Formats: sequence, C-alpha cells, structure tokens
Amino acid sequence: MDFFTFLIQTLNSVQYGLLLFLVAAGLTLIFGIMGVINLAHGSFYMIGAYLAYGLAPIVTGMFGGGFITTMLFGLVVSILLGYFLEWAFYSYLYQRDHLQQVLMTYGLILVFEEVRSILVGDDVHGVQMPDWLSGSIQLNDVMTYPTYRVFISGMCLLLAVGMYIVLTRTKLGMMIRAGSVNREMTQSLGINIQFLYRVVFASGVAIAAFAGMVAAPVSSVYPGMGQGILIICFVVVVIGGIGSIKGAFVAALLIGFVDTFGKVFLPQIAGVLVYILMAVILLWKPSGLFKAGS
Amino acid sequence: MKLIKVSLLATNIILALSLGAAQAQNAPKLKVGMMLPYSGTFASLGNAIDNGFQLYVKEQGGKIGGREITYVRVDDESEPSKATDNINKLIKRDNVDVVIGTVHSGVAMAMAKVAKESGTLLIIPNAGADIITGPMCAKNIFRSSFSNSQPGYAMGEVAAKKGLKNAMTITWKYAAGDESVKGFKESFEKGGGKVTKELNLPFPNVEFQALLTEIAAAKPDVVYSFFAGAGAVKFVKDYAAAGLNKTIPLYGAGFLTDGTLDAQGDSAKGMLTSLHYADGLNTKRDNAFRLAYAKEFKLQPDVYAVQGYDAAQMLAIGLNATAGDVSKKDDFAKAVTAATIDSPRGPFKLSKAHNPIQDFYLREVQGKENKSIGIASKALADPGRGCNM
Repeated sequence: MDFFTFLIQTLNSVQYGLLLFLVAAGLTLIFGIMGVINLAHGSFYMIGAYLAYGLAPIVTGMFGGGFITTMLFGLVVSILLGYFLEWAFYSYLYQRDHLQQVLMTYGLILVFEEVRSILVGDDVHGVQMPDWLSGSIQLNDVMTYPTYRVFISGMCLLLAVGMYIVLTRTKLGMMIRAGSVNREMTQSLGINIQFLYRVVFASGVAIAAFAGMVAAPVSSVYPGMGQGILIICFVVVVIGGIGSIKGAFVAALLIGFVDTFGKVFLPQIAGVLVYILMAVILLWKPSGLFKAGS
Repeated sequence: MKLIKVSLLATNIILALSLGAAQAQNAPKLKVGMMLPYSGTFASLGNAIDNGFQLYVKEQGGKIGGREITYVRVDDESEPSKATDNINKLIKRDNVDVVIGTVHSGVAMAMAKVAKESGTLLIIPNAGADIITGPMCAKNIFRSSFSNSQPGYAMGEVAAKKGLKNAMTITWKYAAGDESVKGFKESFEKGGGKVTKELNLPFPNVEFQALLTEIAAAKPDVVYSFFAGAGAVKFVKDYAAAGLNKTIPLYGAGFLTDGTLDAQGDSAKGMLTSLHYADGLNTKRDNAFRLAYAKEFKLQPDVYAVQGYDAAQMLAIGLNATAGDVSKKDDFAKAVTAATIDSPRGPFKLSKAHNPIQDFYLREVQGKENKSIGIASKALADPGRGCNM
C-alpha cells in the first residue's frame, strides 16, 4: 500500500467512525444518563432513514422541496415521537431491572418493523441526494471522493462539539449530569427530573433519527437496517465507557480504523476484529475507556 | 346390546365402503406445501414465487395430474435454524404430497436433507446453493431456478471474450457469494484471464469504502461482484460515487440489478449482468406469461415469478406421467428429466442432478429495465460435481 492509498484509507476510517459516533451518541446518552438499555435505538435510526424517504415528496408538495427542510421536518417528527415514547413506555422502565427493559424495547423493535412493513412495504428504496452535494472530489487518477461523505463527516463533527458544549458548559448539561448521578437528590433541589429525562430521551431519539436521515442517501432504506447498526453501536458504547460522550467518540473512531484496515489487511477475520478489539479493551479496562462523567 | 353393536359395525362398514367409492371417482386433493418467506427481507420474492405457481395451476383449470390442489403455507422466515422443524411439520403433521421451497440457501439445504431422508418430493424455486444439485442430490429433489455458480460462469465467459485480462472480485463471505465468484473465476481463467484478487466482506456488512479504495489502487480491467437486495443497491451506488464506474466496468450476477433499479437510479446505468431471465425477451411464450401474470396480480412478473411458474410446470409433467400418484418416484423423475420445460425464460431441460440446463442472457441496464442484449452462455449446465445418481 503506497502512502497515498494509505491516506485515503485513513479518510475512510475517520468517516465511518464519525457516522458510528452519530448513531451511538444517542444510545450512550440514554443508556448512561437514564440507565435504560434501549434495544430499539437501531429502530430510531431506521425511522430517521424512512422519514427522509417518506417526507421528501410531502415537503416538496408543501414547500417546493429542499433537503435541509426535509431534515428539519424529520427532526421535529422524531423529537415528538421520542417525547411520546418516553411518556407512554420508557418512563415506566427506570426502576425496573434490565431484563424487563430488554423485553419491552425488543418488543418495540418488532412493532416498528411491522408498522414499517405495513406503511412502506419490504422493498429497497433510494433517497435522492441534494444536487449541491452530489459532486465529488478527485483524489487520484481513478478514485474520487463523494462530497456527500465529507458533508456527513462535517455534520457528525458539528454534533459532537455541540453535545460536548451542552453537557459540560451549560446549566441544562449540569442538571442532566446531576440527574444521572443521583435522581432523588436532584429532584429535591427543585429540578423537574421527569421533564428533564423526557428531553434527554427525545434528543437521543432525534440524534439517532438524524443519523438515519443523513445516512439515507448513501445507504438507501431497507427492512432490518436498524438491527445491523444497533450491535456495532453497543460495541461503541461499551468500549467507550457507558454514558461517556467522549468515550463514544474515541471508541467510534477506533472501530472505524480497525474495521477499515482490517478489511484491507486481514480480510479473513475482518468480521470479528471489532469484537476482538472490544474483548481486549474490556480485559484491560473493564468499565470501558472513559468512565461516565469524566 | 349385541344387536346394537353389530348394527353399528354394519353401518360403519357401509359408510367406509361408500366413502371409498366416492374417493375412487374423485381422486383426493393434492396437498402442496409451500414453504416460502412470507415475511422479512425476502417476502416479496416468496410472494412472487407463490403467485407464479398459482398462475400455472389456474391455467390448468386448478388441477395438476388430474387432482385438485390444496395449499398448506408455512412462512420459513428465511431462518435456517427453524427450517428442519418447519419442513418436518409439513411432511409429518400436514402430510403434504410435495413441498415447494425456498429462497434462502441455508433453509433450502436443511429442507433438502429432510426431503432426501423422508423421500418427499421437493421442488426448489430459487435457492442456488451448488451443493443441493451436487453432493446432496436425490431423485426426489428438483430445482427450477439456477445454481449459484451459473451466472458467474456466464459472466466470466463474457469478460474473457471481450479480451479483458485482469479481474478483481468482490462479494460477501458466504456460500452464495463464494460459489458465484468461483463460477466467474473458472470460466474467466479458462478463457485466458486472471483473477488477481478476491475481495470479501462479512455478510451482511455494507461498508464498502475500504475495498473500493483497494480496487482504485489496483486498477483491474474489470470487477465482478455478487450482491443482492439492499447490499446490491448500496454497492452499485458507492461504486458510482467513487467514480469507478467511469474507468473500471462493474460486472455482476443478475441479482445485482434485479428488483433494485428504482433505488439504484442513474448509478446502475449501462451495467452488464447475466441471468437466466431478462426484460424485453419478446418471445411469444414470455409475452403471454407476462400478460397473464399482470392481469391476475396487477403486478409485473420477475425472475422469481418465472421460477415459481416453472416449479408448477415440473410438478405437472411428473404427475401427468404417474397419473397423479406421488409415490411412483422413479417414473416421476424419469418424466421430468426427459421433458423440455416450456418456460417463459425459454425452453430448458434438467441436468442429471436435476438443475436447469439453460441459456444465460447478457443484460444491460437501460432505464428501469434489465434489457437482454444477447446470450452470455448458451445451454449452460452446472457440472453437478459430487452427485452420485
């Protein structure tokens, strides 16, 4: 592998890692702060992608289209959905043990998949890329790099910085962190913890749905797309340390590199490399790279 | 008391006799077990096969081999771990006369194993695992579709004839992908080419970027790929987005562009693939089939519908020869292997291992269709390696 190819592969790694972070961020937020194992997180990613597919014609009809407008609409829908789900289902789970959480969220996966099958059907659909992002950047004489992938990376970085600032530099972030450490104490300080959790959950859902919407033009939308991403997201969260945004970021990039270079250098075992990485890290640091709150 | 018992016995005997007589006049219905994916990713394929089968039965006036048909349907969920249970239920609990199924190769392999042991008639309307008409072949197992290596073999001939020298292959690391690539490699290297590198990624991973960079760095003359469904959509789009489609032609087994063209859009334009069915065949047989199918189901037929239709034809040929008796397996097999099946894809015969010997079309993506632009491989037979029959 010459130096130039190596640089492109590095770019591929970073780009894949950032996309993983985008989906895993919502999971680590919900898992770490609210203590709920949310197996349905992959479904929110799937819902986001299908929103990008389903809303596009509606938005075109109402406002004459626009990729950004469609995404904003999708975000509003997913925040509402997250808010509703927390009120109807998840708020009953905080005090229960993990087995019950797993059962209910697994049930939700089945419900979401079936509803999708009824509403949209089981075919694969493509999502149109906006014209202003559909170009590509020439890298060498054969290979070009699609502009849209650069756009995805930019969005992911933006979100990472945004989440970091909100959680560590704002009052809301302080309340959220306090709530994750001691629910009762925070409540007795006069903070409406129930509302706070609802907001955190809704943003977790919105982030996952946003990831789905951003990824839809390159990945297309298809049945079961949430399950594949869910497993790798749990790996990210566990490696990074449960509840740590910083940890999820580092872990996602690490997985991006291991997966990309694994496929190139060790294709025979590429499928298990990520899990070997997880096992090694857990042997070394049983609670993940970064502990929550650090 | 005794009198009552005797009279009861007598009525029973009379009843039994009259029932027997009624049955002799009216042969019992033929129980067809449809074991197909009616839910999940392959649901649309399962439904197309089911529709095709029904269409042929309907054209025969609802009877096959002189017997009316009842269907017993089982959703196999494309789940190999449930396959053995499911087919055993069909055979032992429902007592079906014949099993039709399925799409997924792993499920079909489990089904073939049970069918081979129990001797139940099995017609496979899609699953292409080479092994089913290879080492696992049996006189009661037939296939109306293809074997995985066939489309690859046909495409390898095309690439070699064009004078291409270096090829790279890319697929998921699982049986169907490996067999397809093996077929391509065999004919391509026989024709003077060389497969320089075989790229793989674990099923059903769709992060292709790293491997696309490998292809760009190596600059082969052609790339052969086997993907299906959502993976096929993403691969073709990523390949085009990386700008590779302008410099290195992408060949594939037909599944790469079958049922996926809407989602692939412009990125699939002009691509060449091979399969045993294509759009725009424009034969009398195919046009009639397409019209009838569209009328019956308000849908356009695809390759899966054809395979379901031909499964019913094969069943009919066999049962006509045995006057509707499924237990005469030797006569059934002899009739089906001797016959030429008048398929919408074009007439075909079965090989000794019961896999179709058929033409593979070279197809070009034009608009939203896989148009036939010629024949990639004429009367291509799977060698059926390892079949002792």
